[in-house]
Amino acid sequence: MNWLATPWDLRKRGVMGMNRRNVELINPYNNREAYPLVDNKLRTKRLAAKAGIPTPELIFAISQQFEIEAVPERLHELDRFVIKPSQGSGGRGILVISGRRNGRYVKSSAEEVDIQEIKRRLTNIISGLYSLGGRPDSAIIESLVVSHGMFASLSVDGVPDIRVIVFRGYPIMAMLRLGSHASDGKANLHQGAIGVGIDITTGTSIGAVRHDRMVTHHPDTGESLEDISIPNWQEVLRLASRCFDVTNLGYLGCDIVIDANAGPLLLEMNARPGLAIQIANGSGLEPRLRAVSEREAFAPTVDERVGFALQGFGGAI
Amino acid sequence: MTTQGFSFVMVAVLLAVSGAGIAIYRHLDTGIPFVSDEERRVWQVEARIEFLAAGAPAEVLLTLPPAQDGFFVLSETGASPGFGFTVDRSGPQRRAHWTKRLAGGSQILFYRMALVEDAQHEITPQPPNQVRTMYFDGTYSAAASEVLNDFLPRSTSAKSLADQIVEAANTRPLSQNMNLLKQGYEDAPLIAALLNRAGIAARTVKALQLEDGRRHQPLQDFVQVWHEDAWLLYDPQAGWIDDASELLLWQTGTPSVFDVVGGTRSQVTFSMTSQSRSALTLSNLRSSPFDLSLNDLPIAEQGMFKLIMTLPVGALVVVFMRLMVGVRTSGTFMPVLIALTFLQTELLAGLIGLVLVVGAALLIRTYLSSLNLLLVARIATLVVVVIALVLLLAVVSYRLGLISGLAITFFPMIILAWTVERMSILWEEEGPAEAMIQGAGSLLVAILAYLVMSLPIVRHLSYNFPELHLCVLAAILLLGRYTGYRLLELYRFQPLARRNT
Repeated sequence: MNWLATPWDLRKRGVMGMNRRNVELINPYNNREAYPLVDNKLRTKRLAAKAGIPTPELIFAISQQFEIEAVPERLHELDRFVIKPSQGSGGRGILVISGRRNGRYVKSSAEEVDIQEIKRRLTNIISGLYSLGGRPDSAIIESLVVSHGMFASLSVDGVPDIRVIVFRGYPIMAMLRLGSHASDGKANLHQGAIGVGIDITTGTSIGAVRHDRMVTHHPDTGESLEDISIPNWQEVLRLASRCFDVTNLGYLGCDIVIDANAGPLLLEMNARPGLAIQIANGSGLEPRLRAVSEREAFAPTVDERVGFALQGFGGAI
Repeated sequence: MTTQGFSFVMVAVLLAVSGAGIAIYRHLDTGIPFVSDEERRVWQVEARIEFLAAGAPAEVLLTLPPAQDGFFVLSETGASPGFGFTVDRSGPQRRAHWTKRLAGGSQILFYRMALVEDAQHEITPQPPNQVRTMYFDGTYSAAASEVLNDFLPRSTSAKSLADQIVEAANTRPLSQNMNLLKQGYEDAPLIAALLNRAGIAARTVKALQLEDGRRHQPLQDFVQVWHEDAWLLYDPQAGWIDDASELLLWQTGTPSVFDVVGGTRSQVTFSMTSQSRSALTLSNLRSSPFDLSLNDLPIAEQGMFKLIMTLPVGALVVVFMRLMVGVRTSGTFMPVLIALTFLQTELLAGLIGLVLVVGAALLIRTYLSSLNLLLVARIATLVVVVIALVLLLAVVSYRLGLISGLAITFFPMIILAWTVERMSILWEEEGPAEAMIQGAGSLLVAILAYLVMSLPIVRHLSYNFPELHLCVLAAILLLGRYTGYRLLELYRFQPLARRNT
């Protein structure tokens, strides 16, 4: 059967399945108490600020319905901003405003929305429409990241981000995520974004997937996805590695954007990162997990951990 | 395997074994069958006593059937309005005892019992106290002696003697002696008396021939002969009865079947009917008050629990589909709730109703999203919308003569409203494709869960052997630690496998 892999083939390639991820990585390595730190983006931002990890600038946050009335005024000065639910997941509920036209706001998809639409979105966010379990939520208004020049031609609408999987503080696998029309510019693979596997040792692209299948060119822009090189690669890995120190989550996904001016910024963290990254990188997670597990137990520094990754995990990849 | 993993598996195995063990024990103990279609015959027997009361205190005694092979008593009632009723257990046989301080005119008393045919039901026979010696009058005594002198040398046991005597009493032409005896005695007492005279324990008994739908039947005389630690039953005309499954012994140890004090013109007649009932219903009826069972609940609650007890099986289906297959559903256990509803509506009617209501509500929901409502208010609005749609569907389908359309009312409205809301958000946020995938996944899992939950064997076992849920629990626990690939991941990760080759 050509369209089905055999379990032993996958096992041989060290591919991590969903069940195995949950039982062997998330349950033992991720302490439940730390989940709110990453599930609540407002808390993540504050935590990162305390630890000196750069994030996109927080403009303001609201958590009460009555505060919405004052929002138009507070947005008055702003042309470019992002509204997101603090406890949203999978990019749900995020509204990216990239400019103004005729007194209306322009979404990243070039669609125009009026202030009423923005207020409605804020209402939905606060009433918990996008949060897990429908809990009341806060809305975050933060500054829009100015994408690094090299990404401009690669992505449609939104800002591409780099997902780095961090295991016990070691960055073990990375992927560049590019929005497409299908994903409404969101860098979310479920919705049709493109994942470009990145060689962890060099920061250059390996291959790309869309809807879990290999692609070589961006479907909307037609750009080749083959010779991408991430700027500030070491800095990206260092940033991801530091996230472990502030959250203590052993199996963590860090989403990092590269701002044209500020360099790598932490966008958010994920305590249950997905597995499509393996397809993008053309290799399973397990050899790298094993290589890290075999390292000594005492806490190495960020530099040591990043160094180990840059050397290809002592030959594991 | 780690120690922890090993002890975990041990816990699961322990759960499964104890669940199965309790189930097997209960099966052996109470006879609840593992499959539900064993049928058994139940006899409803009614004794009707009529008498004309003399306008004085009246007292009626009726001998009740003894415990016997082949039948067990399911229930018995003898209460009659106006009469005090007790069962007197002091004599050799139980007797029903009715009393009334002042009874006048025609009186009718009923005694009813339900008996179940059960070939396995055996009673240790009561040995005879001592052989009564019957004294025959004058000439009869001589005739009896001669009859016995004929047969005793030719017989080796109680049974062979009884066989010969019964045969002699019915073979024409009768011998002179036998002819004489038969003129003086009824067949049954004569046979018993002859056997007694030979020192063999034998007695006349009265029994009821069971035949479906017969009314006003009398008791018939039979002879019981003690042979090799058991009572053999003889028909005074036809001889030894091998298969007594349609004979109900009624009177064995008391001098009379019934006695009436304070009345005249009394008579007792018997009626009976038979019906088939599943062995399950019977063992339920038989269960003792100490046997804790769902059957002790009122009938209405039992019906509800019959549904609830299938839920764990549905949950197992969901766990399996999620962890082994990898089907995405909208709301983890929502499919089980839908399956539960399908159980009440029948699959097709439920499916059509569900798709219609959710589809229509989704359309209305797109309008609601432009109203900029708060979440709680929006859900509440959807609840009202869903109820209106359900009402509409029920009325329209009823008008069209489709009674099954009414089944839609079984759906939990709040669950429907939430489903609509979830699907709608999914549609807006993840796109129609994802909404369709999760909607179809939910329906697929719901239908599968329904198919499993509606299997007669599953419904039967889950309700009658609640302990088997320990096995279900063990399976869920084991699945919860399954770290292999999901079936759909074999498709998803297929590019990774191909790369190397």
